[in-house]
Amino acid sequence: MDTFVQQIINGLTLGSIYALVALGYTMVYGILGLINFAHGEVVMIGALTALAVIKPLAGAGLPWPLAVLAGVAAAIAACMALGFVIERVAYRPLRNAPRLAPLITAIGVSMVLQQLAMIIWGRNYHSFPQLLPATPRAIGGAQITDLQIMIVAVAILMMAGLALLVNRTRLGRAMRATAENPQIAGLMGVDANHIVSLTFVIGSALAAVAGVMVSANYGIAHYNMGFILGLKAFTAAVLGGIGNLTGAMLGGILLGLIEALGAGYIGDLTGGFLGSDYQDVFAFFVLIVVLIFRPSGLMGEKVSERA
Amino acid sequence: MKLNSLALSISSALMLISCSKEAPPPPSVTAAPPPLVVKLGHAAPLTGPQAHLGKDNENGARLAIADANARKPRIGGRDVVFELLSEDDQADPKQGTLVAQKFVDAKVNGVIGHLNSGTTIPASKIYADAGLPQISPSATNPQYTLQGFKTAFRVMANDVQQGRVLGDYAAKQLKAGTVAIIDDKTAYGEGLAKEFKKAAEADGVRIVAEEHTDDKAVDFAAILTKVKSKKPDLLFYGGMDAQAGPMAAQMKKLGLKSKFLMGDGGCTVEFAKLAGDAAEGHYCSLPGVPLDKMPGGVAFRDHYKAMFNTDIQLYAPYVYDAVMVMIDAMKRADSVEPAKYRAELPKTAYAGVTSMISFDEKGDIKDGAVTLYQFRGGIKEPLETIGASPTAAVPAPAAAPAKPAEKK
Amino acid sequence: MKAKVKAWQGVALIAAVLAVLPFAVGLGMGNAWVRVLDFALLYIMLALGLNIVVGFAGLLDLGYIAFYAIGAYLYALLSSPHFGLHWPAWAVLPLGAAVAGLFGVLLGAPTLRLRGDYLAIVTLGFGEIIRIFLNNLNSPVNITNGPQGIARIDPISVFGVPLSRPLDVLGVSLPGVYLYYYLFALVALGIIFVTMRLEDSRIGRAWVAIREDEIAAKACGINTRNVKLLAFAMGASFGGVAGGLFAGFQEFVSPESFSLMESVMVLCMVVLGGMGHVPGVVLGGLLLAVLPEALRQGAGPVQLALFGRVLLDPESLRILLFGLALILVMQYRPAGLWPSATRRREFSENPPEPGR
Repeated sequence: MDTFVQQIINGLTLGSIYALVALGYTMVYGILGLINFAHGEVVMIGALTALAVIKPLAGAGLPWPLAVLAGVAAAIAACMALGFVIERVAYRPLRNAPRLAPLITAIGVSMVLQQLAMIIWGRNYHSFPQLLPATPRAIGGAQITDLQIMIVAVAILMMAGLALLVNRTRLGRAMRATAENPQIAGLMGVDANHIVSLTFVIGSALAAVAGVMVSANYGIAHYNMGFILGLKAFTAAVLGGIGNLTGAMLGGILLGLIEALGAGYIGDLTGGFLGSDYQDVFAFFVLIVVLIFRPSGLMGEKVSERA
Repeated sequence: MKLNSLALSISSALMLISCSKEAPPPPSVTAAPPPLVVKLGHAAPLTGPQAHLGKDNENGARLAIADANARKPRIGGRDVVFELLSEDDQADPKQGTLVAQKFVDAKVNGVIGHLNSGTTIPASKIYADAGLPQISPSATNPQYTLQGFKTAFRVMANDVQQGRVLGDYAAKQLKAGTVAIIDDKTAYGEGLAKEFKKAAEADGVRIVAEEHTDDKAVDFAAILTKVKSKKPDLLFYGGMDAQAGPMAAQMKKLGLKSKFLMGDGGCTVEFAKLAGDAAEGHYCSLPGVPLDKMPGGVAFRDHYKAMFNTDIQLYAPYVYDAVMVMIDAMKRADSVEPAKYRAELPKTAYAGVTSMISFDEKGDIKDGAVTLYQFRGGIKEPLETIGASPTAAVPAPAAAPAKPAEKK
Repeated sequence: MKAKVKAWQGVALIAAVLAVLPFAVGLGMGNAWVRVLDFALLYIMLALGLNIVVGFAGLLDLGYIAFYAIGAYLYALLSSPHFGLHWPAWAVLPLGAAVAGLFGVLLGAPTLRLRGDYLAIVTLGFGEIIRIFLNNLNSPVNITNGPQGIARIDPISVFGVPLSRPLDVLGVSLPGVYLYYYLFALVALGIIFVTMRLEDSRIGRAWVAIREDEIAAKACGINTRNVKLLAFAMGASFGGVAGGLFAGFQEFVSPESFSLMESVMVLCMVVLGGMGHVPGVVLGGLLLAVLPEALRQGAGPVQLALFGRVLLDPESLRILLFGLALILVMQYRPAGLWPSATRRREFSENPPEPGR
């Protein structure tokens, strides 16, 4: 039983991490209908920037919480700038290009960001400092750290905040209008370019926060960390129905739980035939099954045809 | 030295550009007949997730070449200058064969590499066809030397050799009755875990869980939770430091208090850095003898640090030895021709910085010594060396490597 | 009549160039470059196969490399000491194509309803699942030898002559890489011929109809299910052939050769070259296979000339420039470097593509 509770906690933490990254994916997709494959790399840049700021500041004797805050702020600022530049340079000229062109560009951007990060931060793995005390709390026989609680909370807060932004504010209405039809939104006085830029900048800020959370949780940062994370988050976003904020959260949590419970129990259930080495297979298998029965994801809109 | 290294890196960069063009000899050499340029190929992943290890290997080779040149070597009655031709194989088998072909085209005199078994094995066929000796510093897959190639050697204990020592150690010295095994499902991690399991089971240890992850993973909570529920005395991990570090940290968070044992992939300062205080008390093994115990070992480490301004990651000492073993064979054969000095390689008896190196009939290192370490206060401290040949205890001075062996 | 003569002259010219190319490259730049050409030909086959799925039928497939893996492993299992089987290449290669084609249908069938990005992620998942299975199927029963890979695979033999060894022809010793070049070139030409014929056939037009508007295609009486499945099967079988050739050429296979990045590379070839346009795709495959190598060799000297020293590792610079090249080409030629005439026309007239 303790083991089961622990696995649920593991799954929720992992799922919230996926959700944090997936929210950024889904937000950009919701407005632009574009898979920003480079989102994972923005997460990576966020983590490494935060690290680059926190370490020297803390080393210089700045109180720990201040150093962390400065690091997170720097990461957010850097990623916002990066998001703005990426959109401006790589995606905007392709607004009317064939569907696959931005995808290829995104792969190119992803390669460039990775290499730049490697040139700046080197090839080595970096240890990332503990943001909160790592002593675990015991719930029954299971263990949970403060940081894990914080990650789940941040993911939920972010989702709620984004939902409020998109559904309740003027900016959100402009975003939805742009998503619906940029030309007509333009006629209504919405500056579509401005809205798209803002979407990217907000999505990148989310990526920065996600990067700091991920690196703090695992205590590690590396120029190559974004790719797999981005891929998993993308899977989560699609599972939940890409373009849908609640869906991204749900997809993330679901994917996390599937991976944790799959790794934890399938081995015993199949008598050792399938083990934790098939962890990713379970995740993709569930995804495929869900998409066969609900072709636009769990929470996706029924209309799958979007321009 | 600084200048020298700069000159070296520039000349090797030049080599990258055009293999056919002879690089200008270093300014220090003033002998009247131009020295013979001997090119050695080095292949490792210099990009991608293992780039840090690949660069470390390259540095090891670079240092070895600088040291060898500093001794003003004369082979076949001529002054020779060694040059490094370093290539990136991206840890990709296809790229590995491309690089191998490139070395063959460039008529290098020998190859040091590759880092991974996955690239070493397909490349070894190309070297064998060309009659080009190859010494891998770090490929541990047994298959590499089982192909029957006369050109394939390695200076590191293979998975079978190391896994056996680790399994015995877990059962006998660490007194583990129950063991859980995790591997990263790479050729290296899985190979080592398999041999560890065999040896441990033979010693009466019960394996209570076998879990797997991959070499890009960072989250091990689910499998560690499962391992915890089986309450093993010891957890063995077959894989690299980048996973082992976070894994140790997550063990601590989950309250899993088993002993933790790893092979060479986790036996790095990097592991201690990434695991933080969770590294305390964990065990790992490295083929060979501790650097401090070898003549020239400490000097090598300081020299490395001075030249590259970074610490040794993992395999640089083995690469250094691999280069030196190759050059040693050239000296004994008094020829840099692959066809001639190749015959000398099996007769090697060289006191390297990692151990006393000689090869068995397959090209594997003979009675490969394995040293066990424990992490204390973020530093790995040697516990004991297992399987060292008696010569390793009293090695010949490194400067005059194993003179008596020449007579054989 | 005159046009026919001209066409034959063109064919003869291409054949002559292809025949002489390895010698020019090999003597001028070394055999490593002939090996690059060999891989380029394999990539061209892959790109042509994926082009059927992505370019003709408009189905975005991110797991295409799985079919390459299936072909390669089938060859490895059936002609290596692993199972002690040594089937000849002429039997294994077609079988590889058939099995890969079957897997193509297996992938295609459940995904018929999916569109665009959803299809992309499912195919990506499929590719990963195949790779994970290849990596894991060494226990409890050892089928694929897991991550250790399968070594000592038999080289491809043609009329009893193994292509891995140098062959003496009229006093000239042809190294193995040359022999493989000619074999791969022949197969690639065969695939080009088949795809070009397919493009102009009834099926080819049906694929394009589905790409442009699936509902309209259905309304026109096209059996979209069968036609889509056929696209998956055809594309996959080319991948299977290329995989078999790869296994025989390398004489070693392991799962790491079939990573997601490879799928992405092949997709880049198709899109960069010009989706749906066979010569464009061939160009894309050739460029992306050769360019990274050229950049690797060219990066160092250029820096040396400009700054007097090497500022950046040639390795990192190579990938950096490769990424930049992808971005720039898409900016200035979003329909690919060499798009088909119709596509270029559509593209300049009416920018927005039908959504997919």
